[in-house]
Amino acid sequence: MANYISITESEKKQMLDAVGVSEIEELFGGIPEKVTLKAPLAIPHGLPEQKVFAKMSAMAAKNKVYRSIFRGGGAYRHYIPAVVDSICSKEEFVTAYTPYQPEISQGVLQAIFEYQSMICRLTDMDVSNASVYDGATAAAEAVAMCKTPRKNKALLSSALNPQIIETVKTYCFGSDTPYEILPHTDGKTNVDFSDSDASCIIISQPNFYGVIEDVEKICENAHGKGIKVIVCCNPISLALLKTPGECGADIAVGDAQPLGIPLSFGGPYLGFMACKTELTRKLPGRIVGQTTDTRGNRAFVLTLQAREQHIRREKASSNICSNQALCALRAGVYLSAMGSRGLERAASHCAAKAHYMAAELCKIKGVSLAYKNEFFNEFLTICPKPEAALSALDDAGILGGLVVDGKVLWCVTEQNSIDEIDEAVGIVREVCGK
Amino acid sequence: MTTIFERDNGAENEYLGECEVSYKLDNKYCRDKKLKLPGVSEGELCRHYTQLADNTYGVNNGFYPLGSCTMKYNPKINEKVAALEGFSDIHPLQPKSTTSGAAEAINLLSKYLCEILGMDSVTLQPAAGAHGEFLGLLLMKAYHADRNDAKRNKIIVPDSAHGTNPASAVMTGFEIVNIPSAKDGMTDIDKLKEAVGEDTAGLMLTNPNTLGLFDKNILKITDIVHKAGGLTYCDGANQNAIMGVARPGDMGFDIVHVNLHKTFSTPHGGGGPGSGPVGCKSFLSKYLPEGECSIGRVKAFYGNFLVAVKALCYITSLGCDGLLSASQIAVLNANYVMSKLSGLFETVGDGYCMHEFVITLEKLKSETGINALSFAKALLDEGIHPPTMYFPLIVPEALMIEPTETESKKRLDDAIEIFKDLYNRAKAGEDMHNAPKRTYVSRVNEVAAARNPIVKA
Repeated sequence: MANYISITESEKKQMLDAVGVSEIEELFGGIPEKVTLKAPLAIPHGLPEQKVFAKMSAMAAKNKVYRSIFRGGGAYRHYIPAVVDSICSKEEFVTAYTPYQPEISQGVLQAIFEYQSMICRLTDMDVSNASVYDGATAAAEAVAMCKTPRKNKALLSSALNPQIIETVKTYCFGSDTPYEILPHTDGKTNVDFSDSDASCIIISQPNFYGVIEDVEKICENAHGKGIKVIVCCNPISLALLKTPGECGADIAVGDAQPLGIPLSFGGPYLGFMACKTELTRKLPGRIVGQTTDTRGNRAFVLTLQAREQHIRREKASSNICSNQALCALRAGVYLSAMGSRGLERAASHCAAKAHYMAAELCKIKGVSLAYKNEFFNEFLTICPKPEAALSALDDAGILGGLVVDGKVLWCVTEQNSIDEIDEAVGIVREVCGK
Repeated sequence: MTTIFERDNGAENEYLGECEVSYKLDNKYCRDKKLKLPGVSEGELCRHYTQLADNTYGVNNGFYPLGSCTMKYNPKINEKVAALEGFSDIHPLQPKSTTSGAAEAINLLSKYLCEILGMDSVTLQPAAGAHGEFLGLLLMKAYHADRNDAKRNKIIVPDSAHGTNPASAVMTGFEIVNIPSAKDGMTDIDKLKEAVGEDTAGLMLTNPNTLGLFDKNILKITDIVHKAGGLTYCDGANQNAIMGVARPGDMGFDIVHVNLHKTFSTPHGGGGPGSGPVGCKSFLSKYLPEGECSIGRVKAFYGNFLVAVKALCYITSLGCDGLLSASQIAVLNANYVMSKLSGLFETVGDGYCMHEFVITLEKLKSETGINALSFAKALLDEGIHPPTMYFPLIVPEALMIEPTETESKKRLDDAIEIFKDLYNRAKAGEDMHNAPKRTYVSRVNEVAAARNPIVKA
């Protein structure tokens, strides 16, 4: 049995003596007898590490690890350079607390500052925070940033990831914020602001169906009505696609899981949030700023804390305290390792291979693209026998696309080789094409 | 230190190779502005981050008595298990039939947490403690709404609460009723009685509280709130004091969150990821994200799954007896340090503390001008991470000390000597306003940072 306790039995006695009690139980005398447990917890006895590892490994072995994945929908398998794991397992980074004491936390503070800088460069925005829980909560927090005393309604594209829509709705229930779901046509959000009293609109770029939205036009129209635009983006796509900044968006959010974070059954992931300067003081969460120490040396520190719960309590911009700092570190290391050219290459792989796979699939009788609009690396197909096709792929160790309303949403990344794509298409052809 | 951008020499690492096929997106979709990520070789990258790690203080660097944060040792086996491909490389949307191991981990951890907390159901969706509070308050909101009890819009919060409590209540549309603590640090029963009424949605209470004291009136407190028609929420940040000793569910709490990154040994990662599972009594279970009258999801997928795996690994390692020992030794260590320091420093509360205690430096400040901030900064020069400063708000010049069970007696004795030594030096007139002096940077100008924010390179 492990307990990670460093006190020996004889030391325990000395310490009890020093405190002035004979039994450790006496220290718990302040707990009323009525609420004191009378029996041990109904949890098995502890195990030595070897047995724990065997038990946990057996559990892990019950999960199927696919050799090839063509499914995205908010979680993406990209290549993670070995250096990312190596750097991010340094125990100073892993075990430190939030850097409240800047004098002994310059490393983690600078790493977050660099992460913020890279997020700003990717999104072409002015200010990034140090992270929030995930892309869905980032979108929900962004809605709160846009509320004013006069306007609070949120417009949600129906082409957002359903996980994001559901999360935003829950936050709206909490804050009594009205919302409206906007329909989509041919995979693109249908936007009509003509008599809208909304405070903001959330759209996704590319959207849930992989389609590239007309973000620039939406921003133009929305701003004409005083509506702020929140764009949820796939960070890998930002190496190629027009940035939220270039399109005129007010807030860019998203899940940075594709940037060096493994699939992990959905978490921990990394919510990023970046905005225009004028919204800085509404941004939730930690922000690291650059300053100097008393000797005039450059130093980094948590800043603009007058937004935060530990200072402002009920007047804070959000309740967030813990964030996803270690995941932000991963994203920072990933982006630094890949560099501009590497990230552009990853994005090009994604787009090129996805279009290749789409073209190959569409050669199969009965298979066609559900939408004719341009896409990035996910696309929706009409497929005659979706369940049978996916089941055949599964038998071959391949996780096929996601079934959405009877159609199949495919995702291709640089991890999928042309051979793998050909193999998967061949299996779909076997099932559907005859 | 040099930033990664200042190290950029245009070096390009090659991880992917050429793509066998090509596709050109129409220019109208493409970014015009050139992307400017750092260009550094992998070797330089490693040295950069090694230098950053060297200037980061982790749990294994030394004593870390950061009150309320439970900075215990983070076992290595947890990390090894969470990195297993069967956990780390599975897709959240792959068929349920292919993730029975993940379901087993989630169900087993939920079951253990129910037992530890005395609750009927647990959700692992919240990503942190504050996220759990948000979810817990949504349960209250849904419960009252379901009963058409729309007038219940107030949450009672004691003035000793974590800042997240009132912030979470506002995010869920509630108004805050602050109640002062009694002189002994406990909930003021009379003030609570005055505060409750037909508009009470619920009470949020940390127990053991932020002074490190177990509220002896807890049953009376939860009863008062229930009688008024409100619900009771336990901020379980201090669960490390009472595992196997007492359970929030038995104290009359309806809802509780715990921080896996505190009590259950998962690392803090320089700020996260954490995990804040929420437990509730059966009459509220249907409102959980997974329930039939769900409040909805608060996050994509299943929460911070790998953090949950680490916590499960920890509970499996310790078992019922190990959890109890952890709490017992955490409380012993805190009382040991408190007993050694109480001669010099004024502590809050009489009698024993739980897993942490609060000292006030008000007297030292009035005598020497050295306040809690300067004292904390002086500790940095001695290689100790300072305690939590200026919290709880009800104690002036507060330092909140939580040693945790994983510290050795030698570490505690060394730390005690350092506290005493600094105290004596302050009394002898040493000026600590310029501390720290031996750290990588000296005291950092926070005011300038906020006045003229530079938040990116």
